[in-house]
Amino acid sequence: MSKEGALFVIDNLHVSVEGKEIVKGLNLTIERGEIHAIMGPNASGKSTLAHALMGHPRYEITKGTVLLKGESIVGLKPDERARRGLFLAFQYPRAIPGVSMVNFLRSALRAVRGSDVPVREFRTMLQETMELLKVDESFARRYINDGFSGGEMKRAEVLQMSILQPEMAILDETDSGLDIDALRTVAEGINALANDQRGFLVITHYQRILNYVRPDHVHVLFDGRIIKSGGPELAHELEAEGYERLIGEYAAAQGVSK
Amino acid sequence: MTDRKAADIVSDGYKWGFHDEARPLFRTEKGLSRKVVEEIAGIKEEPQWMRDFRLRSLEIFEKKPMPGWGPDLSSINLDEMYYFARASDRAERDWKDVPDYIRRTFDRLGIPEAERKFLAGVGAQYDSEVVYHNIREELSKVGVIFVDMDTAVREYPDLVRQYMGTLVPPADNKFSALNSAVWSGGSFIYVPEGVRVDVPLQAYFRINAENIGQFERTLIIAEPGSFVHYIEGCTAPIYTTNSLHAAVVEVIVKKGARVRYSTVQNWSNNVYNLVTKRSIAYEDAVVEWVDGNLGSRTTMKYPAIVLREPGAHGEVLSLSFAGQGQHQDTGAKAIHLAPHTTSVITAKSVSKDNGRASYRGLVKVIRGAKGVRSSVRCDALLLDEGSRSDTYPTMEIDEQEATISHEATVSKVGEEQLFYLQSRGIAEQEATKMIVNGFVEPVVKELPMEYAVELNRLIELQLEGAVG
Repeated sequence: MSKEGALFVIDNLHVSVEGKEIVKGLNLTIERGEIHAIMGPNASGKSTLAHALMGHPRYEITKGTVLLKGESIVGLKPDERARRGLFLAFQYPRAIPGVSMVNFLRSALRAVRGSDVPVREFRTMLQETMELLKVDESFARRYINDGFSGGEMKRAEVLQMSILQPEMAILDETDSGLDIDALRTVAEGINALANDQRGFLVITHYQRILNYVRPDHVHVLFDGRIIKSGGPELAHELEAEGYERLIGEYAAAQGVSK
Repeated sequence: MTDRKAADIVSDGYKWGFHDEARPLFRTEKGLSRKVVEEIAGIKEEPQWMRDFRLRSLEIFEKKPMPGWGPDLSSINLDEMYYFARASDRAERDWKDVPDYIRRTFDRLGIPEAERKFLAGVGAQYDSEVVYHNIREELSKVGVIFVDMDTAVREYPDLVRQYMGTLVPPADNKFSALNSAVWSGGSFIYVPEGVRVDVPLQAYFRINAENIGQFERTLIIAEPGSFVHYIEGCTAPIYTTNSLHAAVVEVIVKKGARVRYSTVQNWSNNVYNLVTKRSIAYEDAVVEWVDGNLGSRTTMKYPAIVLREPGAHGEVLSLSFAGQGQHQDTGAKAIHLAPHTTSVITAKSVSKDNGRASYRGLVKVIRGAKGVRSSVRCDALLLDEGSRSDTYPTMEIDEQEATISHEATVSKVGEEQLFYLQSRGIAEQEATKMIVNGFVEPVVKELPMEYAVELNRLIELQLEGAVG
């Protein structure tokens, strides 16, 4: 795999939050057309990684680089990253009372495209996507995430992703808190978008979503590093055995190297 | 189109602060005295009762101390002001007869278009006089009176005498006394029994002469079963010395009638905006105050509703925006004097660049007013660290059987909200605008579309720091 031509490259990434290092040298390369899953127990650094990649101001990249389409995005504002084709589906999306989903989506699409979107085109697109994700029409007029149920929020995240059509999408625990129907719908949304040009990084605690979204590569995150990588079978192993054995092996190896 | 015009104005570096060269045809001498008050009454050829009302009010004004609470008013210099100016000789009926320089000012505000599109009549106050007042014929046919207050004193003296000063007597506070002594202009509206006025009535006020305070007086009488929506919009030019706006508004809403009074004002940042607004609601009547306060140096305004008879309902929906050097001290009063009366107060404020917004309110329920329900909700949004918001709610509840709620929130435009919007490609400034516009949406959506658009535009200008 040629790193230079890759869609998304994370190289020796270190991230600190309020002076505490959480991500401690993470490497990952995602080619166009690939779906990667990062799995990890609580407090392994999953959300920190997602926030840092999107450019949250409180998540400081202290070392390493992140390349999107061959260019570094470190130091760029979140909106600049988005305009370059990066997307983050949030685990806990924020409510913005008074701002309707439809206005928000249109502003976002205009920003990402860099030009106005014809009303008719936008409407058609929105309608089709909402049908696909099985959300009610009234959804568009509701305020962003305001009073949304957990499931509605996650659908709204996937709706945004589908409208914005990012080249590289990161999904941060999009499966958490979903019942099986909602999970299936959300997965369909992701699969509908997947093609040989896009990359996906699916961050999750559980293997469940990976029954519906088939990853090409699975990585296990622990203590801010990827401690093991493999194919889809790795997810099943984890499901069966839990994280303990892997973590144990990792700790032992660390002990040896020290 | 209004929009295009506004865009041009903005690109000119417009700050709602231009002023045409003001050419008052006449003004009284600087400062306030018996002589000045008599001169005002004389120029207007007022009847003796109005002259007496003014002089009595002047005496009260001289005895009353400045308010001992609330914002700092110490730099108001009452001796340095002019209390009356006349820009044009007579009230004009036809737009084409309005003097050119005045018309230019209104053109720049987009008024003619506004009028054509929406308005039943325009009472636009220029300096201290109404120069343009157009009443649609249908209104007068059904007996609705919509004239400037000076005309009302001449043509409908009995109505004016019967109601003026009944809700806000001169002795109510220092500035109501001042207004009563030197008032000029304002609107008079009378809606006969059972008449519903479907189009909003609108007046546009504007201060345009240095040091001229504006003391308009508005009186609305809604007879049983009637309805009217009155809108006042104000923008003002910027001057270097302090200006004072001290208005009095009285709204009488009789059995089963409903009055909505909407205000969008954007005084320039040197104006002290001290307004007494009060309404009385009789049996099953409804009063609604929708109040958007941008601009001004200091605003003190607490629209009050006296719920006089059973079944009366009152609502106050207010929005304040406090930018650099500004103190918006606004709120509402609901005074429940009868059983089964209800009130809802929603106050929203946005503070930025060390601006200060305060909510000051009163809910009063007298003993025996059983089954009263009142809810107050104050939401403050702070855009930066130095900005400030305070809440001063007063509750005087002397009846056990009353349901009263008060809720206050203060929030900052959160890092997380901004990050969320930015992660969708929206740049920080636009993201901030979206959050603020969303915050004020509950107030904005209550305004007619044109005003909603203008209010949003004013807020955007404020956010960009383009408003002086």
